[in-house]
Amino acid sequence: MDAFILQILNGLDKGSAYALIALGLTLIFGTLGVVNFAHGALFMIGAFCAVFLQRLLSLSTVTVDETKTDFLGNPLKVETPYVESWFGPEVGGAILDWSVPLAILFAIPVMIAVGFIMERGLIKHFYKRPHADQILVTFGLAIVLQEVIKYFYGANPIPTPAPDSLSGAFDLGVYFGFDPNAIIYPYWRMIYFAFAMLIIAGVFGFLQFTTFGMVVRAGMVDRETVSMLGINIDKRFTMMFGIAAAVAGLAGVMYTPINPPNYHMGMDFLVLSFVVVVVGGMGSLPGAVLAGFLLGILESFASTTWATTTIPGINQIIIYLVAIIVLLTRPRGLMGRKGVMEE
Amino acid sequence: MSKSDLTRRGVLKTSAGVGAGLALPTIFTASSAAAYTNEPTGGSVTLGFNVPQTGPYADEGNDELLAQQLAVEHLNGEGDGGCLNTFTSKALKGNGILGKKVEFVTGDTQTKSDAARASAKAMIEKDGAIMINGGSSSGVAVAVQGLCQEAGVIFMAGLTHANDTTGKDRKANGFRHFFNAYMSGAALAPVLANEMGKERRAYHLTADYNWGWTQEESIVASTEAMGWETVNTVKTPLASTDFSAYITPVLNSGADVLVLNHYGGNMVNSLSNAIQFDLLSKQVNGKDFKIVVPLYSELMAAGAGENIKGVLGSMNYNWQLDNEGSKQFVKSFGEKYGKPPSNSAQTCYAQVLLYADACERAGTFNPCGVVEALEGFEFDGLGNGPTLYRAEDHQCFKDVLVVRGAQNPTTAYDTLEIVEITPVEQVTYAPNHPMFGGDEATLGTCNPGA
Repeated sequence: MDAFILQILNGLDKGSAYALIALGLTLIFGTLGVVNFAHGALFMIGAFCAVFLQRLLSLSTVTVDETKTDFLGNPLKVETPYVESWFGPEVGGAILDWSVPLAILFAIPVMIAVGFIMERGLIKHFYKRPHADQILVTFGLAIVLQEVIKYFYGANPIPTPAPDSLSGAFDLGVYFGFDPNAIIYPYWRMIYFAFAMLIIAGVFGFLQFTTFGMVVRAGMVDRETVSMLGINIDKRFTMMFGIAAAVAGLAGVMYTPINPPNYHMGMDFLVLSFVVVVVGGMGSLPGAVLAGFLLGILESFASTTWATTTIPGINQIIIYLVAIIVLLTRPRGLMGRKGVMEE
Repeated sequence: MSKSDLTRRGVLKTSAGVGAGLALPTIFTASSAAAYTNEPTGGSVTLGFNVPQTGPYADEGNDELLAQQLAVEHLNGEGDGGCLNTFTSKALKGNGILGKKVEFVTGDTQTKSDAARASAKAMIEKDGAIMINGGSSSGVAVAVQGLCQEAGVIFMAGLTHANDTTGKDRKANGFRHFFNAYMSGAALAPVLANEMGKERRAYHLTADYNWGWTQEESIVASTEAMGWETVNTVKTPLASTDFSAYITPVLNSGADVLVLNHYGGNMVNSLSNAIQFDLLSKQVNGKDFKIVVPLYSELMAAGAGENIKGVLGSMNYNWQLDNEGSKQFVKSFGEKYGKPPSNSAQTCYAQVLLYADACERAGTFNPCGVVEALEGFEFDGLGNGPTLYRAEDHQCFKDVLVVRGAQNPTTAYDTLEIVEITPVEQVTYAPNHPMFGGDEATLGTCNPGA
């Protein structure tokens, strides 16, 4: 039972990342009709917002410590971050320690701006082109973006830890009557799940309960009619692209303490996220979220020793297997709408 | 009136003959006239450095390339001479190799076997490279080694740790300076027993490809030989990024040691995930839970950050080694590039010098002469201490380092501390060891490519 609960928890945090990326993908597809293969790159850029802020906050003054030597035997250069010089070691240290949560505030405007630039500068020129063209151009853009990041930050993963007080794990099992150490779960992964739920609820609330959201939803159903009413739907859809980019970026920022970011992390998630979108149903926001969590949990269970010994290799194919089964039995996906990508 | 002997048929026949001759690949025409592939005829000799310049190991490849360029400088008599000053063989004079200036071309392995073969092939056929060096993967090493054997050039492997490179896949034209998985196990096991006790239960997470399998086999064998029990061995897909689903079963398995047979990004992520689950603060079977990473690299240590603190592993070389060769190499590398060399950089640097030295001692670039010069060659002064290039399998035998993630590093470069220098005798094995292909594994014969 404890192993079962643990894999559910593992699936939830993995599913959170899938759901957030797939949500953004679906927002873009549902509004603009664009198949955005650069969406994984937006997740990666979000993660590197956290890296950038960490490095910015770590900018240091250099003093020479004559009592110590470096690897060449020269006097050691000691770096003291400006934030520690300005605010004292305690406050400065705390600012550095909380660089990832602080990066959320930094990443929101950056990601919205990146989304705007991407949409206005490139993707809008491909609205009326076939989906194959859109896939090619956005995939190319993804490669360009990851190479740019690699140029500045290298190929090696960069450690971006959670604040000390949120590191480590807690014994969840003892609260439910299990033996000690039966259900251990990291604080940050719980935070990631809660954060994902908050973002998902925020996006749904925004679309459901605001006038802006209502217009966007109307535009998703019938773009031309909304335009004929004198509403500039293109402008609103561009803003949705920015919001989708911010959602992917925030997912990336919060993911950095789970796995140290590298330039390729967007690609690692991209293919799986597309499978999530297809399984959830093209253009369906609830479908994307549902499929994200469902596939995350299934992937976790498929990685258990029991599963891999019963069906060797199941952990590598489970997501695709589920996609095949869903598409065979429900060709529009779990919650797909009639008419989407069917013309 | 002048008369010409030219006929339309004659012109066509001559043109066809000349055209076919020109169209022949360079490698064939060169071979027919030379004693061996890419025999240098001018005043220079070309070496091919095949390293990952793109992909996840690009930083490691860049470090290798820096070391290779430094080696070329030293061979050509530029810079401070580096390990030419400490190398026990005095055949190299700083005037190139056999009087020919050393030049180099580079290829990008992308850490993919097919791409690595293609780039090595291009360097051999188009650029006339006479030796290929570098790489950061055993799959790449085995693939390129096979290609070099067929083409008739020497392959001086870079970072490759799988037993197979000088085991079942050994080749006469291929040489490995780097240590291997068996050596990691043999070096680590006594230290693990000493620090953690002989009654331990280990759980292995292993990258699901050739290198991971051979490392798991080696570590399981060496730890079980000293009394440990292996609770489980779980293969993880190479493309995995999140290892939580594999780590959570560990604590309830009864294991008190987690062995991560992962490298590169896999290792950084699996170790980070294990630390997130607070494994190191747990007690199992009345013992503190421990994590072991059998193969470390400096770049992995940098990527894992503070997560490596206290975690044991092994290395081929570390810049903190206190011998004359190492000190000289660190000085040369550090003054030129502003950072200490990684263990992949050191192995490539040593391999380039060893190849050049073998050519000098053999008096020829002929691969068969080079093979003969390297087989059974004993040397010192390149950073690892006394070393033997064993004739039977072309594997270098030298001391192996057991290292640990430093608790209080003072700079970005001393994240690993040397725990023990395991003497070579402890990591030596028979050439026909079952983990290395047994009696069936042979080098074959050297191929000069002529």
